[in-house]
Amino acid sequence: MSVFIDKGTRLLVQGITGRDGSFHAKQMMEYGTQVVAGVTPGKGGQKFEGSVPIFNTVAEAVEATGANTSVIYVPPPFAADAMMEAAAAGLTLVVCITEGVPVLDMTRVYPYVKEHGARLVGPNCPGLITPGESKVGIIPGRICAPGTVGVVSRSGTLTYEVVYQLTRAGLGQSTCVGIGGDPINGTNFIDVLQAFEQDPKTTAVAMMGEIGGTDEQEAAAFVKQHMRKPVVGFIAGQTAPPGRRMGHAGAIISGSSGTAEEKLQAFRDAGMGVAQRPADFVPLLRERM
Amino acid sequence: MNLHEYQAKELLRAVGVPIPPGEVATTPEQAEAIARKYGKPVMIKAQVHVGGRGKAGGVKYTPTPAAAKEKAAAILGMDIKGLTVEKVLVAEAADIGSEAYVGIIVDRATKKPVFMVSAAGGIDIEEVAATTPEKIHYHPVDPRYGLQPFEAMQMGFFLYSDVKQARAAARIMQQLYQAFIANGCSLAEINPLVVTPQGEVIAVDAKMVIDDNELDRLPAVASLRDESSEDKSEVDARNANLTFIKLDGNVGCVVNGAGLAMATMDLVKFYGGEPANFLDIGGSSNPEKVVNALRIITADPNVKAILFNIFGGITRTDDVANGIVTATKQNPLKVPIVIRLTGTNEEQALEILTRNGFSAMTDMDEAVQRAVQLATQGSAGGAK
Repeated sequence: MSVFIDKGTRLLVQGITGRDGSFHAKQMMEYGTQVVAGVTPGKGGQKFEGSVPIFNTVAEAVEATGANTSVIYVPPPFAADAMMEAAAAGLTLVVCITEGVPVLDMTRVYPYVKEHGARLVGPNCPGLITPGESKVGIIPGRICAPGTVGVVSRSGTLTYEVVYQLTRAGLGQSTCVGIGGDPINGTNFIDVLQAFEQDPKTTAVAMMGEIGGTDEQEAAAFVKQHMRKPVVGFIAGQTAPPGRRMGHAGAIISGSSGTAEEKLQAFRDAGMGVAQRPADFVPLLRERM
Repeated sequence: MNLHEYQAKELLRAVGVPIPPGEVATTPEQAEAIARKYGKPVMIKAQVHVGGRGKAGGVKYTPTPAAAKEKAAAILGMDIKGLTVEKVLVAEAADIGSEAYVGIIVDRATKKPVFMVSAAGGIDIEEVAATTPEKIHYHPVDPRYGLQPFEAMQMGFFLYSDVKQARAAARIMQQLYQAFIANGCSLAEINPLVVTPQGEVIAVDAKMVIDDNELDRLPAVASLRDESSEDKSEVDARNANLTFIKLDGNVGCVVNGAGLAMATMDLVKFYGGEPANFLDIGGSSNPEKVVNALRIITADPNVKAILFNIFGGITRTDDVANGIVTATKQNPLKVPIVIRLTGTNEEQALEILTRNGFSAMTDMDEAVQRAVQLATQGSAGGAK
């Protein structure tokens, strides 16, 4: 078992002929992901790497191949449209890797995707990997190993760092989910924590947050009330200086929320393990598993 | 991207928001000439990208043109929270009956643009929010429909009981929302929104922050960037497609990815050091980026040791290694360098570095400890 993706994931790649899309489509195929279709408008009828059929639209691709998940590598100006197209075509999981999507676009994409019943992961995220089964996105496959630690994170390379340390210490992962660092993203910490709590294979969770916003505090409250599995958390940016903030709106809406100290305190209050540095994950998880 | 007050006011005037006239001056003489032209008392307002200008002495009332020259001379060149004042806005002083606050921000929690309005506006609005939150009204807007007239009227009546003033405020809120969307803002605020003794509703100060991700499709907004008001090294970094924030420590950090960059800075502090900067070389692995990163970091005389922490995913570590070799051939380093890299093409990277006389580590904690140690030694040596 795992969360969100597994051996049965039938993946469609939006932007499969682009620079990033083609590179990562190959990487995912090498990892063993079932890449069943690609979409690039105007290249319908061609084949990617001689085997994966390319379509002009997501709807056609879904109709022809039974794809159930999409991963998006299109440039930022087209990403909002790509996410909505995927949701409209009935895909149940949409993963947007693209970095630099305007936040006002996301205010329209988020309700649209939700109304169409799709789960969106990202944008600006490294995607997901269920080691040994399926990889959707850009997380390097060789740093992961199958196991029982669920990993959820707002960042990219920091996730790799922690996963790499877990793997080296013999702690494999059930699924790693990079939810992305943008202000508005489709899937939040609580969605993933809930999935890990219900997943029989996951026995503990490593969670990496960052300064800013209140997602980590809300996640901590969720852990306290709803989770029996142990969770260890880390916050990046503990030493970041306060920004030269313009205007008052940010402070009014979030109050004092968003500092690393406040988030770490929320973790402690929830009975979570608190990693002061990435290297603390291994011993803290071991103690609790 | 932050806009200056005068720029935000121009964008708001363009959609019809009533704002007292004002012009920008870069010399005391220009300030005097503008004040003379208006023939009324004016405000001299420092144009810097930082909050709390008024409390820092960067905003002054002047009754006469001669006083405008004198006050402008005092404010131009002033240092406000590390930024030098290069420009002042000379604006007609408004008669102020009452001060309200109107702001819009893209809210993470509701995932919508949210209005915040309060009849208790002015410079202490954050205090109002903290101590009397009931004085602030929040209103999320569904961006698919935009701000409806009845919603704006509800907020207008939250601010004012007089129907004329409520209507005027509602109109301004619709104009503010229009400007917010059209200019790709992540924040827009009018503070204070003033009712004059004559009962007119006008905007006396305005701020806008543009979502950087909008700039490619909004060239007119992008052209408002004022590089003269930003830290030189940060401008240089942005032009090289690097994310850089200068700090006060002595360990120069070059990292790929914002989360790992922050975690690296945290680890520098954990081991008793102080980071000199935040620098994210991003996901691509163009060796040129590494060359630029090293140039920017070594320009800081406080830097006593350089720390590379690269986890190769999309980034190829051999490209980073080549960048380090090229950069140090062009400009030999005067301070020690600690290189930690692991991930994509790690073997090639280590080979390139070794061949060129560098050593590299693969463990993050060891590398950070070493960099802190070298920076501390370097500082002690420099003090002799």
